Amino acid sequence: MTVLDDSTAPGLVGPPHSHGPRRDPAPLLPDPEPVRILGTPAAKTFDAELQRDLYRRLVLGRRFNQQATTLTRQGRLAVYPASTGQEACQITAAMVLREVDWLFPSYRDTLAVVARGVRPLDALTLMRGHAHSGYDPYEHRIAPLSTPLATQAPHAVGLAHAARLRAATDPAAAEDLVALALVGDGGTSEGDFHEALNFAGVLGAPVVFLVQNNGYAISVPLASQSAAPSLAHKAVGYGIAGRLVDGNDALAMHSVLSAAVEHARSGRGPVLVEAVTYRLDAHTNADDATRYRSAAEVDAWRARDPLTLLEGHLRAAGLLDDAGVAAAAKAAEVLAGEIRAQFDNPPDPDPDSLFTHVYARPTSQLREQAAELAARLDADADAALAAATDAEDEAR
Amino acid sequence: MSTTMVAALNAALRDSLREDASVHVLGEDVGTLGGVFRVTDGLAAEFGAQRCLDTPLAEAGILGTAVGMAMYGLRPVVEMQFDAFAYPAFEQVVSHVAKMRNRTGGRMGLPITIRVPYGGGVGGVEHHSDSSEAYYAHTPGLHVVTPATVADSYGLLRSAIASDDPVVFLEPKRLYWSAADFSPAEVSTAQVPPIGRAMVRRPGTSATLLTYGPSLPVCLEAAQAARAEGWDLAVVDLRSLVPFDDETVCAAVRATGRAVVVHEAAGFAGVGAEIAARVTERCFHHLAAPVLRVTGYDIPYPPPMLEKHHLPSVDRILDAVARLQWEQ
Repeated sequence: MTVLDDSTAPGLVGPPHSHGPRRDPAPLLPDPEPVRILGTPAAKTFDAELQRDLYRRLVLGRRFNQQATTLTRQGRLAVYPASTGQEACQITAAMVLREVDWLFPSYRDTLAVVARGVRPLDALTLMRGHAHSGYDPYEHRIAPLSTPLATQAPHAVGLAHAARLRAATDPAAAEDLVALALVGDGGTSEGDFHEALNFAGVLGAPVVFLVQNNGYAISVPLASQSAAPSLAHKAVGYGIAGRLVDGNDALAMHSVLSAAVEHARSGRGPVLVEAVTYRLDAHTNADDATRYRSAAEVDAWRARDPLTLLEGHLRAAGLLDDAGVAAAAKAAEVLAGEIRAQFDNPPDPDPDSLFTHVYARPTSQLREQAAELAARLDADADAALAAATDAEDEAR
Repeated sequence: MSTTMVAALNAALRDSLREDASVHVLGEDVGTLGGVFRVTDGLAAEFGAQRCLDTPLAEAGILGTAVGMAMYGLRPVVEMQFDAFAYPAFEQVVSHVAKMRNRTGGRMGLPITIRVPYGGGVGGVEHHSDSSEAYYAHTPGLHVVTPATVADSYGLLRSAIASDDPVVFLEPKRLYWSAADFSPAEVSTAQVPPIGRAMVRRPGTSATLLTYGPSLPVCLEAAQAARAEGWDLAVVDLRSLVPFDDETVCAAVRATGRAVVVHEAAGFAGVGAEIAARVTERCFHHLAAPVLRVTGYDIPYPPPMLEKHHLPSVDRILDAVARLQWEQ
């Protein structure tokens, strides 16, 4: 007998069940093990052309990560947080969205941004250091890459909620959109992650949260990050559906994310998807991953590389041969060449842009400061010209 | 007709909701209850729960949601219940609200109004009386506006909601129940004050008091009392801390050659320090004395039984005026 068992202890009254409905948590719970399709009977019924398409895109994605990393070594990118090993998550996140949908990426999600159609140079502008964002968020329906962790998640909720509001009041302008927010395992510890999920649940907003659990928040392992049964289980506390998927299984990723997006689109509420994956590279080019993880661990995950898993499956299923592999590799080299070409002499940023967009119209103070900088730059240019002329005269 | 500041703010929200379908109010207790100060009273009943939304109790979530709504073209008006309760939203304010236009090269502006009841003098217990304006004013990308009169609370809130830039709208809760002869219905669009212009509330020839928000009535009272001392004090109501109206402020200081800045917030690294510096840089040769400040002490906001010592008073203002080097 417990003290709250009021059937046997009539003197004790249990809490009244008047503070809103209680929901059955069972349908919200994720599977105990991550959803897998590769190596299961479900792979046989998976659309063959889609499988080949996924493979080609993953090869391109891997090449993008390699090329961007190379650009950091050449000093053409200030920093690049690679998603090597997470390509199945990145690629499918872009693939499952329609044109009308919105993507809310974090700083490690450049590949998803490119996969949604942004030119690599523009997607990497933040990392080049030329501007804080290089693409028009409205053209591609992609929010700027968010560096403060999980802070973009409530934006996804607000935008999805706003679309529902507009659809209700102005049916002619209705857009049946879904917002997809990308978060990492570390980001799930942030308050904004919690608040976003709570708001999404309460508002019933058409949002999907994709947590790419790559095992580490820079150096801190998941065990030091959360005591939850899984990150997907966190959904239950907000009354939204949690789904756990193998993030290195491209077919499972596509399947689970597609279902989650359509769940949200159909008005059945938000979904939290946890993709279990691994960051094969360091946090960024400035990080030394050997300080916090073993070579054996990395090797074990290399054996589960999403690209080799998919390639092995496709070859075994007779859906891919050497010629197909070579064709994909060739397309990847074309992409790498395009990226290199885009990074050849991109225009320098305009110092005047420092002041132009702080406000819709610059304040008088900003106009003064812009004029001051412009005058200084003019004087510097004049001085440089004079110095060059002097040097020339001396040489004569 | 006699109108309180709360009623004028309520009218501004109501008129904005009525005229622009993209305006949405959201916050804690703003719907059914009408807000803890009743500023949103009746809005949910008139415009529906979706236009005046009771949210979960989470300020970062409220503002973060508003950011997403603004991205989609709505004009959210967020209520932070009290000054010190707005701090959980600070990261959203600083990292997203203030920066979104800039970081997207002007492509994505966020027309969000963040209403914050602020300041003390109402007997509030801890965390209910902060003057948080310096945090916001120090963040480029925000406009920071604070009305001190009933008419301005209507007009400036209309302007804030209509602005394409984010506005932190600081409402002096000490003046919420102040009343004036004002009828929102008689305000034409042309009369709505623009953001960024200070106003000379009282002309004067001896010295200039520079103030805003809850300290304006104190300064006007001090100016009245100063007449007995033979001082004719000008009083400038800044109304907008960002953008700052250097033109009006400097003209008013040059006209008298003496200035005292008055605000409730702690003085160290406060808005008054910026004003004193700007005035000194721009009006040095017109000044007969250093620019002085009368501010709250550099202490956490005191418990209500002691707040009278902390708040700038008529006596403290007159003492400062007396120190403006009159014997020369």
